[in-house]
Amino acid sequence: MAKKPRVKVPKSAKKGEQIQIKTLISHKMETGTRKNKKTGKLIPRMIINTFSCSFNGKELLKATLHPSVAANPYFAFYAKATESGTFDFVWTDDAGKTVSASSKMTVA
Amino acid sequence: MKKTSLIKQIVMFAGFGVLVAACAPKEEALKSGYDWAIPETQAMQDDDFSNPAFMWVDIGNDEWSKTDGEAGKSCADCHGADGSSMKGKSNMYPVYNKDDKKLRSIQDEVNNCRTNRMKAKAWKWESDQMLGMAAFIRTQSRDMPINVAVDGDAAPFFEAGKEFYETRRGGLDMACTHCHVDFPGVKIRANVLTNGLGNGFPTYRLKWQKIGSLHRRFRGCNKNIRAQPFKQGSDEYTNLELYLNHRAKGVMNESPSVRN
Repeated sequence: MAKKPRVKVPKSAKKGEQIQIKTLISHKMETGTRKNKKTGKLIPRMIINTFSCSFNGKELLKATLHPSVAANPYFAFYAKATESGTFDFVWTDDAGKTVSASSKMTVA
Repeated sequence: MKKTSLIKQIVMFAGFGVLVAACAPKEEALKSGYDWAIPETQAMQDDDFSNPAFMWVDIGNDEWSKTDGEAGKSCADCHGADGSSMKGKSNMYPVYNKDDKKLRSIQDEVNNCRTNRMKAKAWKWESDQMLGMAAFIRTQSRDMPINVAVDGDAAPFFEAGKEFYETRRGGLDMACTHCHVDFPGVKIRANVLTNGLGNGFPTYRLKWQKIGSLHRRFRGCNKNIRAQPFKQGSDEYTNLELYLNHRAKGVMNESPSVRN
């Protein structure tokens, strides 16, 4: 069952204000080091390897994830509000599957 | 000389009295697992956004208004568009049901609605939908005290749950009481033993990396003492759930909580 990513961005902000952005996505983050108990074979790695956030098409943050990150990765970071626009969030996993979300913010 | 020895005796006697008083079992209110958790885990639960269990609550919220089954109904058709009609309800569960002649937990009630009223397929106990729906319903009664009825028709099931709780089982020959009554707050390997209340379930357990039911936790406990676990939704575990909720009477419902 696909769960929607959760994103929290303030709807409006003052110019120059520091805003907090929070994201949470559901992913099992299979490390690639676990073994199948019955067959003894390694379970292939399947993690979200890249997370990126862009604002009005310009990259704001890009993170590379590694196998030690727990399931359901949560990101919280800060940005400075300069103009109104849209935040785009993209998560990419090892299978090349991407999940995206976007959120609008108006700057007064 | 005689006088001083009398005083000495009195002091000694008083001291002994204090010692006895200190050893006597104290009737204290039981604490939620939240109070034993480390600050980081507490912070995760305090913020509904960082609480990953809310991803399942969102699923429950979606399922609430989703039409399913041959009757073409959704939960919202009978119980109102949002879940607010469920406020306070879940804290009374499990309850005795006349038709079943036994207890029903929230999950049983959901599946009863699905199969009888909606003519839809029953959900599996540990499926995302069932966990989501149970969490969604329980969240409506958040910050309200657990309040189950253990008298009347529920009494024999309460007694059965109590017996389960106090019965030694498994290779380690331990009963629930040996950890959760005798040693709350004491470490068992790297974990702190709690009063073992079910007030935060379904809970997001960091070890599971997902949300899980109270009965799944029972299975884990039973396996740890090398006992044969029962099935989720079995009568034994539902009776035990009632006994646990009786113990938790007055403790606030926290579901969906975050635990380690």
